Amino acid sequence: MKAAVVIFPGSNCDRDVIHALEAVSCIPTQAVWHKETSLPQDTGLVVLPGGFSYGDYLRCGAMAARSPIVPAVREHASRGGLVLGICNGFQVLTETGLLPGALLANISLEFICSNCLLKVERTDTPFTSAFKKGQIVQFPIAHHEGLFFLPENELEELEANGQVVFRYASADGSAGQQYSPNGALNGIAGIVNKGGNVLGLMPHPERASERILGSSDGLGIWNSIKEWLEGRSK
Amino acid sequence: MDHRKAGLLDSEYEIICRELGREPNEAELRIFGVMWSEHCSYKSSKPLLGLFPKEGPAVLKGVGENAGVVDAGDGWGLAFKVESHNHPSAVEPYQGAATGVGGIIRDILAMGARPMASLDGLFFGNPDSRKTIFLSNGIVKGVGGYGNCVGVPTVGGKTFYDARYEDNPLLNAFCMGLVNAESIVSSQTAEPGNLVVLLGSKTGRDGIGGAAFASVELGEDTKASRPQVQIGDPFVEKLLIEACLEALENCLVTSMQDMGAAGITSSASEIAAKSGVGMILDLDKVPLREADMSAWEIALSESQERMLLIVLPEKLELVLSLGEKWDLDCAVIGKTVEGDRFILEKGGSVAVDLPASLIGGGCPEIRWPAITPANLANRQTFELENEILPSDLAESLLKLIGSPSLREKTWITRQYDSMVQVNTIQGPGAPLSLVRIKENGNIAAITMEALPWACQLDPFRGGYETMARSLRPLWVAGARHLGMTNCLNFPSPENPEQFWEFSEAVKGLAECCVDLGCPVVSGNVSLYNESAGLSILPTPLVCSVGLISSGESPLLPGNWKEGDILYLVGMDNAAIPASHFQVTCMGMLKGLPVPPSPEMERDFKERAILTAGKNVADSAIPILGGGLGIALCKEAISSGLGAEIQLGTPTLPAVSLFGEGGARALYAVPSVKAFEFLRIWKGFPVRQVGNVRGESLRLPGSTPLPIETLLKAWRGV
Repeated sequence: MKAAVVIFPGSNCDRDVIHALEAVSCIPTQAVWHKETSLPQDTGLVVLPGGFSYGDYLRCGAMAARSPIVPAVREHASRGGLVLGICNGFQVLTETGLLPGALLANISLEFICSNCLLKVERTDTPFTSAFKKGQIVQFPIAHHEGLFFLPENELEELEANGQVVFRYASADGSAGQQYSPNGALNGIAGIVNKGGNVLGLMPHPERASERILGSSDGLGIWNSIKEWLEGRSK
Repeated sequence: MDHRKAGLLDSEYEIICRELGREPNEAELRIFGVMWSEHCSYKSSKPLLGLFPKEGPAVLKGVGENAGVVDAGDGWGLAFKVESHNHPSAVEPYQGAATGVGGIIRDILAMGARPMASLDGLFFGNPDSRKTIFLSNGIVKGVGGYGNCVGVPTVGGKTFYDARYEDNPLLNAFCMGLVNAESIVSSQTAEPGNLVVLLGSKTGRDGIGGAAFASVELGEDTKASRPQVQIGDPFVEKLLIEACLEALENCLVTSMQDMGAAGITSSASEIAAKSGVGMILDLDKVPLREADMSAWEIALSESQERMLLIVLPEKLELVLSLGEKWDLDCAVIGKTVEGDRFILEKGGSVAVDLPASLIGGGCPEIRWPAITPANLANRQTFELENEILPSDLAESLLKLIGSPSLREKTWITRQYDSMVQVNTIQGPGAPLSLVRIKENGNIAAITMEALPWACQLDPFRGGYETMARSLRPLWVAGARHLGMTNCLNFPSPENPEQFWEFSEAVKGLAECCVDLGCPVVSGNVSLYNESAGLSILPTPLVCSVGLISSGESPLLPGNWKEGDILYLVGMDNAAIPASHFQVTCMGMLKGLPVPPSPEMERDFKERAILTAGKNVADSAIPILGGGLGIALCKEAISSGLGAEIQLGTPTLPAVSLFGEGGARALYAVPSVKAFEFLRIWKGFPVRQVGNVRGESLRLPGSTPLPIETLLKAWRGV
């Protein structure tokens, strides 16, 4: 099975994700323009890349969540297909309702680009099977709206369901809100839906997929996905 | 309308009337006013710019296009240019800076290149003044806001503070893009019978006369100039980039031009004049943001995010559908014809009828008188023996590393996306930026340098040293330089002493370029950076680009290893004049910066490149602002290791540690490789200045400085 990377107007990490999938991880990948209404045959993974869809002039991701391609993505997810939203893509997923919560402006009210340490909380998802549980990985963030928010009771439910996959952390392995560069509640950097087949995260694994760029920890995500896709192809 | 009100000199107006054989109408007069302004015509600087060497084996496209292009190997070219957006940033910092970034990105796009890296040069006044805080916050947010959204990483830059930028902050925006050498776009390839297509944003009243506004001193009431500042829309710019690159990929356009200063007039007349064709444009076809715009307003509007495409009639349909795909306005506004007429029609009648070549090329040069400044001798008087130097080296070092221009700039750089496009090997905060080229595995190396204090004391030496200092980090990292671009920021040329400084600085830059074989491939001049009697320091800014071949690893700073031997290569007689030490720790700016030494530079270059290639050092840093002391500090901080330093030469310790200028670098070499290192540098001044050891920086005769202390001082906490 192959990967499909949706390009919204204003996406700017689409080429980066395609590079990480195709050139670095050898996963067959196809770009899909947001005005399409169906996904390519044999799509196993849909990626909603980072960027500034529609300039983020309205609430981030709100416009893209209403793109012609979105019903097909929704259907793909409902059939158990994988959906990965990175940064702006995560924002789009929350706007479509495929993932709970909202991404609010960083607590500093400033754009933040920096490397971050994350703790891998779950390794039983198709996106994280190549990691070790509790592993500390380094992915960069680059966003203005990355404060993950949910009302208290829903947040508790999210935690109780074990939907938190990545949490901002320190090098010694402790994780939580105090390590959130953006004020994200409970230090949440990435979550999955209840089915575990839709992942959204603010940090950019595609920017940490080659040693020359400073970290290759992101390969864990692509390798996990590759294994899942290959398993499905058999 | 009076021609003087349009900004034209009497002599210029006479030429226009003579060439036309009549008086220009109002629209034509306004066009000349803008196109013959300093900003568009370079009339004051042209004779000086002729000094720059423009040829070189790596130059694929030189001065005269939107940006220069150098050979990046394997059929790829790097297009790059730096441009100022000073006046707009002084008036409306966020939008002024944002549109500065947007404008330079379109210059790169106009070459057919995909923009891949930006740098920003920021010059601010007193760091604690409310004005500077307001301007610097706005400018930084503007650079980030635009660059982050458009998806071009900001990978480096320069930030410099001096009270003389208080009312006139500078924003110099650099952009570099990658282009297939076969498909470089030229503005000289239009032919009669082509269609003229406008792609991108609608045209509004924003930025009308912006170029003319940039060509005079700022008035006291800068708020009144707000309507002349354009508003940026990075989202549309992103669409424009993708649409234009898709059009080029499919060979849909014959020529292309970005719309910057003077809008449609400048971009269209430039293509016409350079291609040797005429052009007839129907301004009624231009998609407008507001009704009732007059012909000259449409013609001179500087609305952002627009490109002018020259298209063969049979390709039009595909171009229009591309506009539809990217949700961009796309309109045929005219055609190219035989001859030299540049005709603008509105409401069925001819509003403007001028020779295309006269608009862009007719403005006569001005040779302003130059006089050596009366206070120059005083500026240059400095006797080291007569000065009482601060004696506590550690205290001076802490003061320096916490000074506005040298301290940590994370508050700026973390607001910039420096990593998008996944090419950034070395981002902001280092002596140079490194961006890999996925297409061929080579690494592009970029520096940005300016030395306003040195230029103030001796503009020739300052200019020379600026240029040399922009190249040294490339060599130390193992890169060979390919070319440079520059932005010449100066006050009014009409003041003879200021014009002398301008001339001398350009001569210094040019001589260094000739001496070191570095072609100038593009550039920009920004004059009249003064207001209410306060002029900026002479600020020629240089960006140099070099290349490291695939398979070779760059030699970077920040990688000290316990036990490494520290070697200083280069002379030990750097200058206190114009150094950060002199300004920050001695509270003065006087004397003479180091004189040029071309043989030494060339020698340094070959040895430095060899050192990087032979992999004999763990870490290397060129000696830049703040001298050896700051180089040691930065290495210690980023390596997390201390060092024991011995100076032990007849030179005064403060001069050894804090003097600036000349080809110098600090290497950390593992002892097993010391022999090989010294063999490379045999015959060049080299001496051991210490060893990497422990967790403190120990300067002779001073209290040890733990890394933690250095870090705190650097971060200002």
